[in-house]
Amino acid sequence: MSTEVLVELLNVQKTYGAGENEVRALHGANLKVRAGELVAIMGASGSGKSTLLTIAGGLETPTSGDVRIANESLPGMNQKALSRLRRQTIGYVFQDFNLIPSLTVVENVALPLELDGMRSSHARRAAIDSLISMGIEDLAKRFPDEISGGQRQRVAIARSFVGPRRVLLADEPTGALDSKTSESVIRAMRKRIDGGLAGILVTHDAKLAAWADRILVIRDGQIVEELNGELRPELFGAN
Amino acid sequence: MSVKASILAVLTMGECHGYQLRQEIESRTGGSWNINVGQIYSTLDRLERDGLVEPAETNVGGQTRYRITKLGRIEAQSWLTSPIATGPDSRNELATKLALAVTIPGVDIGELVHQQRVQTMRTLQSLTTAKRNSNLDDPNEIPWLLIADLNIFNCEAELRWLEHIEGTLAKSAARELSPTQNLAAPAKRGRPIKKEK
Repeated sequence: MSTEVLVELLNVQKTYGAGENEVRALHGANLKVRAGELVAIMGASGSGKSTLLTIAGGLETPTSGDVRIANESLPGMNQKALSRLRRQTIGYVFQDFNLIPSLTVVENVALPLELDGMRSSHARRAAIDSLISMGIEDLAKRFPDEISGGQRQRVAIARSFVGPRRVLLADEPTGALDSKTSESVIRAMRKRIDGGLAGILVTHDAKLAAWADRILVIRDGQIVEELNGELRPELFGAN
Repeated sequence: MSVKASILAVLTMGECHGYQLRQEIESRTGGSWNINVGQIYSTLDRLERDGLVEPAETNVGGQTRYRITKLGRIEAQSWLTSPIATGPDSRNELATKLALAVTIPGVDIGELVHQQRVQTMRTLQSLTTAKRNSNLDDPNEIPWLLIADLNIFNCEAELRWLEHIEGTLAKSAARELSPTQNLAAPAKRGRPIKKEK
């Protein structure tokens, strides 16, 4: 893991509504994620974990506080710059894959680059590289409805990594998958993050969160616990 | 865990002396089970008495090797192919503690459940880190991985259960229901009073 901080949340507050109906989704969240590091956010429904992810990804603006992605501050940024950052630097993975059914796998993965103005042949080459890194290049010419759920999610992850992305944000990325497929998906994600990306994973699934370097437990909009994945040989009966 | 059955299972592969049996069982259970060697010898004595093993030979160092009998082999096969019993007897310290805690006034159950979740999560994270660093292509790591996965799934089950009971407790708190029980009157001591005729 490097020391380069790619995601930084500084005293982030988020409130919805006003007056009596005011709901404080986040109050005073602080977070740093470095290159090569995966941080998992856990907490009950309504604890503020998804809000934290959407704010880190520039999909929502904080009420106060600062959000910095690869050293750029998001709150003061104009819409155009923000969209560029979202397209080029941040990759998103959601539970429901969000693949376009009428495009082949490779076209789906190349799409964000083409939307960004990259030449089609170059975008395709980058897409193939990304598929290779996930070990699914043989699916390139298939359509989303011709592959399994686990394969679809791997395609979605390949798409989230394509191009010069530095940050990966995932919200319940394996929610619809069985245990074994989930493990292969998180293993692949972990491998890419180890290669120098910063990742934030929001999940209910403790087994998945355990793949992170740090697990943050969020309660009522505040990070209340931080768990580091230290090795404890005594768990295996070693003396 | 049955020491007796594990010894028989190992002996189906050939003769062993006590110390060797201990090593075999430990390495075959991914280092997750430490048995006292004294327990191995006392179990071997009982197995010999019951006709399930018999002494084979004693080496120069005085170590006796044991071999499995026909009866022992049947017993080992039957153990290896039958499921273990689960049920109310597989007592869970955590369940007992929480059940007791909800009946005692002034205990912050929410905090207790939260602390337990954190603790279990730490264990799960540590097991997963070890698994992440393991080599899936090395067949010698399979016994270890098997045990690690069992522990991982157990942690997950415990976390799901904790999340579930958190909901149950929140619901009962919202309805202002509390299982708090006062102490029952202590049992009277001394001789029972004689009934009048």
